[in-house]
Amino acid sequence: MKGEGFLSRNIAHLTQALESVIFAENMARAPGLLQGLDPRVKMATFLLFIVTVGLARSLATLAIIFALILVLVWLSRVPLLFFLKRVLFFVPVFAVVIAIPALFITPGDTLIAIAGNIGITQQGARAAGLLVLRVTDSLSLGVLLILTTTWTNLLMALRWFRLPPLVVATIGMTYRYIFLLLHNANAMFLARRSRTVGGFSGGENRRWLARALTTTLAKSQHLSEEVYLAMLSRGYRGEVLALSSFSLRRRDIFWAAFALTAIVLLLWSNSL
Amino acid sequence: MHIPDGYISPATAGIMYAASAPFWYLAVNRVRHALTHRTVPVLALFAAFAFVLQMFNLPLPGGTTGHAVGGTLLAIVAGPWAAVLGISVVLGIQALFFGDGGLLAFGANCFNMAIVLPLTGYFVYRVIAGGTEATSPRRLLAAIAGSYIGINAAAFFTGIELGIQPLLFHTADGTPLYAPYGLGIALPAMMVGHLLIAGIVEALVTGLVFAYLQRTNSSLIEADVTRRKGGKLRLLWGALGLAVLASPLGLLASGTAWGEWGIEELQSLGLGFIPQGLAGLEGWWPAPLPDYGFPRMGAVIGYILSACVGIALVVFILWMLGRKLSHKDLSQKGPSSREGARA
Repeated sequence: MKGEGFLSRNIAHLTQALESVIFAENMARAPGLLQGLDPRVKMATFLLFIVTVGLARSLATLAIIFALILVLVWLSRVPLLFFLKRVLFFVPVFAVVIAIPALFITPGDTLIAIAGNIGITQQGARAAGLLVLRVTDSLSLGVLLILTTTWTNLLMALRWFRLPPLVVATIGMTYRYIFLLLHNANAMFLARRSRTVGGFSGGENRRWLARALTTTLAKSQHLSEEVYLAMLSRGYRGEVLALSSFSLRRRDIFWAAFALTAIVLLLWSNSL
Repeated sequence: MHIPDGYISPATAGIMYAASAPFWYLAVNRVRHALTHRTVPVLALFAAFAFVLQMFNLPLPGGTTGHAVGGTLLAIVAGPWAAVLGISVVLGIQALFFGDGGLLAFGANCFNMAIVLPLTGYFVYRVIAGGTEATSPRRLLAAIAGSYIGINAAAFFTGIELGIQPLLFHTADGTPLYAPYGLGIALPAMMVGHLLIAGIVEALVTGLVFAYLQRTNSSLIEADVTRRKGGKLRLLWGALGLAVLASPLGLLASGTAWGEWGIEELQSLGLGFIPQGLAGLEGWWPAPLPDYGFPRMGAVIGYILSACVGIALVVFILWMLGRKLSHKDLSQKGPSSREGARA
């Protein structure tokens, strides 16, 4: 039983990772406000928003940013529940757990006294709130960017931002082969599970896992040779060439103007 | 160990990008030199492997599971510089698609997991492995020790980056703006978790895979053995690299104290007079965010930045030196075909 639990967990994990990414790609192709923007403009403004979140020092500013993100989610026709589940599930929950001790141990003025010297301090409560909101805001922005931008557009935007072509090509190819290797790994787990009656000890599972990993390693090394030969046969000469046909439209300029105004206002409200 | 956005300040994040940049530059050049046209497919496949490796949950005695980073393993099989780039690519994809680690914090995450981890791990591996055969038990021990020390070194840097946050970034009333725990809590918290659990997972995965490679596919390790020529030079390189990595420690470990006093603090330290030059200098660097409640934060950032520029400069000079030396090396021996298959 123990062994089976471990195997199903791994299968579930791998499959889930695949599905979440594929679902994101579908959404980026659907019509919506953010989907229709130039990826370069979108990426630059989102990064500025994330920096703004980093610089914010008031809880109100961070809350306003989160509200703004939710409006953008709605305008981009991303299902709200799906978005919240994806954003809130792990990282902010973890931040809450991390922040709880800070409520008590941050030195400062007592907000709620519990017993004797123990109590929640004003500074502690604020620090905890800042951490959780900041983490949630930054993550939401990142997730929203990815949900509304197709992978190819993202790569093109990266290239436009002067990332070396070699690096961009590597990122693109890595992404592609992650799926292949994950499928392979998934198949290995499934094959193993289909032949498993009863359970295995932890030690046996670990050894099996090591064999699966080593096989994957050897396969990836072998595959890199084959991919290289395939590239050569198609005329690859060590240069990475790519088409990029971006053109700014009126809505991109409107969006950029809106984003910059919002950022200035947010930073200004921050200093109030 | 993935730091999400919000735990470190944008200033720290920027500095960590600056600290990672020279290593990325060096790695791209190294890898390109060794792999030439093969660079893209080889790096991509190894990165994809590292990604998949990080998704495998290893059952641990006691019922829990954990996953490895695989930095040291990748450094052994693909070469340290390919590992730097491979893990960086993995971290980038994780940050973008899975929200694992922040986009601003990407530089910091790369510094810890894609630079400190594989370089330290590989250095330890090489030192312990010495000139032994690919299949020797000593080499297995070297891989295990390297991966354990590598991941703990990474955790150490992560702990420091988180731990300096409340010290450097807080409001006037003492509210920490980012990660709220000082070095006294953040560092032990990181280290205990990694010394006792994550380090063991990393060592276990590396050890098991390495042992299996030794039995079935030792050619992947052998490439490393044949490359050992000029090992002394590489050792020196590693030592210098470690020294460079450790150098920001001096200014971080003591927090804001040593050498960063303002005029009043100098007086309170019992310094009877204020050096003329210092009195004139105070305030020349206007703190960009004076409300942070740390009036000399600008100076602190300047200090750390100049340390980074120093590191970058040292790395650059060493790199030029290394290139010269290795060119001489090559012209004496001629390039080996093995070399071409690895970074």
